[in-house]
Amino acid sequence: MYQGIYSVVSNIKIAKDVYKMILSGETSSITAPGQFVNIKLDGYYLRRPISICDYDDSTITLIYKVVGQGTELMSKLEAYDKLDVLVGLGNGFDVSESGDSPLLIGGGVGVPPLYNLCKKLIKKGAKPSVVLGFNTAEEVFAAEEFEKLGAKVFVTTVDGSIGTKGFVTDAFPLVGDYSYFYTCGPLPMFKAVYNATSTSGQFSFEERMGCGFGACMGCSCKTKYGNKRICKDGPVLVKEEIIW
Amino acid sequence: MVNTKVTLSGITLDNPIIPASGTFGFGYEFADLYDINILGSISCKGTTKEPRFGNPTPRIAECTNGLINSVGLQNPGIDKVMSEELPKLSEVYKKPVIANISGFSVDEYAYTCEKINSHEQVGIIEVNISCPNVHNGGMSFGTNADSAFEVTKAVKAVTTKPVYIKLSPNVTDIAEIAKACEAAGADGISLINTLMGMRIDLKTRKPVIANKMGGFSGPAIFPVAVRMVYQVYDAVKIPIIGMGGVSSARDVIEMMLAGASAVQVGAANLVDPYACKTIIEELPQVMEQFGINSLEEIIGGSH
Repeated sequence: MYQGIYSVVSNIKIAKDVYKMILSGETSSITAPGQFVNIKLDGYYLRRPISICDYDDSTITLIYKVVGQGTELMSKLEAYDKLDVLVGLGNGFDVSESGDSPLLIGGGVGVPPLYNLCKKLIKKGAKPSVVLGFNTAEEVFAAEEFEKLGAKVFVTTVDGSIGTKGFVTDAFPLVGDYSYFYTCGPLPMFKAVYNATSTSGQFSFEERMGCGFGACMGCSCKTKYGNKRICKDGPVLVKEEIIW
Repeated sequence: MVNTKVTLSGITLDNPIIPASGTFGFGYEFADLYDINILGSISCKGTTKEPRFGNPTPRIAECTNGLINSVGLQNPGIDKVMSEELPKLSEVYKKPVIANISGFSVDEYAYTCEKINSHEQVGIIEVNISCPNVHNGGMSFGTNADSAFEVTKAVKAVTTKPVYIKLSPNVTDIAEIAKACEAAGADGISLINTLMGMRIDLKTRKPVIANKMGGFSGPAIFPVAVRMVYQVYDAVKIPIIGMGGVSSARDVIEMMLAGASAVQVGAANLVDPYACKTIIEELPQVMEQFGINSLEEIIGGSH
């Protein structure tokens, strides 16, 4: 974990209520895809945890949804604005388990952390398939970016306005065989994915957090491997340990 | 060179800054961030006889200048705290620590305190009779002078170490409760625990927290804490550890002027993991700014 002052490089709307922010600053504390940052915003006491979509030596890309007053304020930030950010939080995804043909399953604002994961998987020689689920066409983002990385991408929308009509699991027959899976999205999607998948996999959970670095026990959950803090021992849990 | 040393029941602290129970775990994870030996002491995560998962999530609600928590005393239980958590802390922290103990009956408080008493690094036992997040325990002992007396008496009978009773602000007369603890033999008083609070989500029209209500802490409660420390200082002769929204070196000095011999920092740790370090580093220059040579001299200085 690293605490620093980061500078906003850009902050643009990419879909309905969804924004992409690039921050510049120290990134050496990021050790795995699927980790998150925790952002202090003026006028708000607690920080906002946001998953890391992508990063390089000097920038961090975040894709976030406006869900309340804090993220609304975030959406109004402009280039050169400064932010106090805790970086490199959480365990992140373990790419070593992926096998040759992993399946990545993202729902809505759960899609972003899968992007850097996809990059890392392709870099190590795997051939990932990606299923991205949204409610409707105007909410869709990142599909082209995953394609550019070289992944096979399947989009689903609940209303069928683009891609396969239905939920992420409705695209599974199109995917074919896969060696392992990684997923991030809302809880109902998680339960459907848990039941519809035939291999082991990793789930990146979300919970209301106090600190984001393991001190307050605000985001604890029970697992088959004992009590875990979503912020520090997670957010990624393996399929075998999850208790619904 | 200013003197930041303070003394609690014969134990000298290099400075009065102590991370508050429940905001710092068992300390050792913060050792990855900075040398935690700069801390005056550490008040460890609240410990009970049996392991506890605590309350359902969501357990956290944000407020203006603070937060509500309803963690509910999640901890691995006294046996694991002694066999696993405190040894990990001992590896990275070399000063006496404050063990924070909670219970659901007088016997349970006594049982847990007697056990923790044998741990050599424990300098002070802080007895939490003020947790707002557990039913039939915790706060119910701290909102009544008779039961506060009873718990204090039972704990004192089985421990050889200084016992500080951590009081609830959710009472009509804090001074009366503090006096009862002193009469029962308490060596000091810690205050304040969190204030009972609640938030409601406008979209769902339901309480934000699964347990509906929780404990409100953070800078918003600082004036309440200062007031209660001031009142308790007038009521008892034993030392006070003051806490409640402390976030800066100036807050520390204000709390000590109200009557605190040492100060705990709670919610601030959750927003800024370096909060205690920053306060300790700022303290000497703020002391100089206000003409303070020795912190011990200002305790209760506003009375």
